[in-house]
Amino acid sequence: MNTEDISRRRFLARLSIGFAAASAALASVPVIGFLFAPLFKSLPEAWRSVGRVESFEIGKTVSVQFQTADPLPWSGITAKNSAWVRRVSEAEFIVFSIHCTHLGCPVTWIPEAELFMCPCHGGVFTRDGNVAAGPPRHPLTRHQVRVLNGNLEILTKPLPIV
Amino acid sequence: MFRRIIKTIWGWIDDRLGLSAQIIPMLTHRVPPDARWWYVFGSATLAAFLIQVITGVILSFSYVAAAGEAFNALIYITKDAPFGRFLRGMHYFGASAMVLMIGIHALQVFWFGAYKFPRELNWITGVMLLGLTVGMGFTGQLLRWDQTAIWSVVVGAEQAGRAPLAGSWIARFILGGGNVGGATLSRFFAIHGFVLPALLFAIIGAHLQLVLRNGISEPPRPGSVVDPKTYRQKYEERIEKTGTPFWPDSAWRDVVFAAAMIGGVVLCAWGIGPPVLGRPPDPSIVHADPRPDWYLIWYFSVLALLPPGTENLFMIFAPLLAGAGLLLLPLLFPHGERHFSRRPAGVAGVVMLLVMVGSLWRSGMDSAWVPDLTAAPISKEIVASDDPLVQRGAQLFSSKGCISCHRIGPGGGQRGPDLTDVGDRLTRDQITIRILNGATNMPPYADILKPDELDALVRFLVSRQVHGSLLYDPSLPAQK
Repeated sequence: MNTEDISRRRFLARLSIGFAAASAALASVPVIGFLFAPLFKSLPEAWRSVGRVESFEIGKTVSVQFQTADPLPWSGITAKNSAWVRRVSEAEFIVFSIHCTHLGCPVTWIPEAELFMCPCHGGVFTRDGNVAAGPPRHPLTRHQVRVLNGNLEILTKPLPIV
Repeated sequence: MFRRIIKTIWGWIDDRLGLSAQIIPMLTHRVPPDARWWYVFGSATLAAFLIQVITGVILSFSYVAAAGEAFNALIYITKDAPFGRFLRGMHYFGASAMVLMIGIHALQVFWFGAYKFPRELNWITGVMLLGLTVGMGFTGQLLRWDQTAIWSVVVGAEQAGRAPLAGSWIARFILGGGNVGGATLSRFFAIHGFVLPALLFAIIGAHLQLVLRNGISEPPRPGSVVDPKTYRQKYEERIEKTGTPFWPDSAWRDVVFAAAMIGGVVLCAWGIGPPVLGRPPDPSIVHADPRPDWYLIWYFSVLALLPPGTENLFMIFAPLLAGAGLLLLPLLFPHGERHFSRRPAGVAGVVMLLVMVGSLWRSGMDSAWVPDLTAAPISKEIVASDDPLVQRGAQLFSSKGCISCHRIGPGGGQRGPDLTDVGDRLTRDQITIRILNGATNMPPYADILKPDELDALVRFLVSRQVHGSLLYDPSLPAQK
């Protein structure tokens, strides 16, 4: 085997690997783009009406349901979301996210004890959303809230990661 | 005449496929004869994987990977589709069997020191398969798209969200957006049905190739040391002398054990049936009680019991460290003694692992840290008092949520101390201060209880005496 043969083989090997790599790289652009699309999209927010202002009693904490910001057509019931609304005074509302700040499980309001309790790992929060017990280290996160035309509206938000 | 035709046809097929030339020598390669029943767990894992492939493909014929419809499809499969309930059961118990078998297989290989030279890559591919199996279990539990599934995704995303720098990106990648919703289930269906199975097939292929290439390890004897210079030669000589063909001399045990395991899976699928579907996957229903399937319950305990402050460290770095440690194990300890009697550190490691996972698993079954929101009110027999104030206190003990965390008599939560005999241990003032101010892991009730409610509650708690209070009169006898 002469040196010409060797250099020809080396060239052909490199040519094949080069073509394979180039076509794989080209094909992976849309694949990666499609897969990671959720990261590049800005997360939408939307104001959702959750009821007439006068339907909320002062000093009470109640559950309200609303739709997430941009559900897909096939989301069905998974597009639903809820929050805890506490009317502090005539004008002041606090809207808590239902997600425990430990690992996101839904907290339940126990009216008699005036506590939010989490079913997963035992987090407990006071009526102001501060940590009362358990593994969470941050108070419950809050939704922005406004009153428009006599309706209480809250701003949806992505799952809080704290 | 007929026989000759068959023979000709078979000869043609055999020639083209190379059965006699390649496959049969593979099946009948010589293996150590003394492996016996210890070596059946790998093939049993493979058998469980085959159950999963078959039942999984069949279930996907009726499953609908759309977030709004999957729950209905699951109800249809379970209630209406012929054999649907049975197949879901097979897929669930097949998964359980696969996790169990791969766990035992890994422990056995470690116990026998079989990960050492020249089988380092056998171990490393095995660790990858272990990780993929757990990944299949978790993603599979999510495809059972009920309330528990969506909250499991949330918990998974929140944990990933704790990762430094890229945390919230990873969380959004898992959810397919900002919240659990339409995009989430489709992603997990693709991962569970295509991505992970493809990786499993590929790495199982590599794992089996490595078994053929490096041979089945001989059961270790104390004093026989693995030396990379001489090991292969010694092994060959030994196999040459005493080895027996894998098929059928050894394989019959694999087949018998795998058949028994499959029988067990069938029995469980038939008798116990698939895991019950919970509430529909509606994130606005806050009354949830999400639990992972049994093989991850111990990790559920880890999440609940980690001391606050160490969480981020543990959630992100402990799994990475454990994974890296397992992968690197054969590279760190490639030679030396294989027998457990000469590997005290290895034995200690196995014992520690079993004790740790076992005790975490047990506390996960109890989940004593979760407030018991369904605890029944305290019965008249337990209150055992005609004092109306004590009776009112007992009512408040349930209605104000005390009972969710504290036991009195047979009922109540286990998050906080048992108060059955609190009157023996604490004075009226101590009880009052504790209730008003709270404590670590107990909320203060100062602005929740009205003064008369506090009085009743304290009166009730002081009356909780089993042996008679030792606090006021130390001269009283300890027993009633």
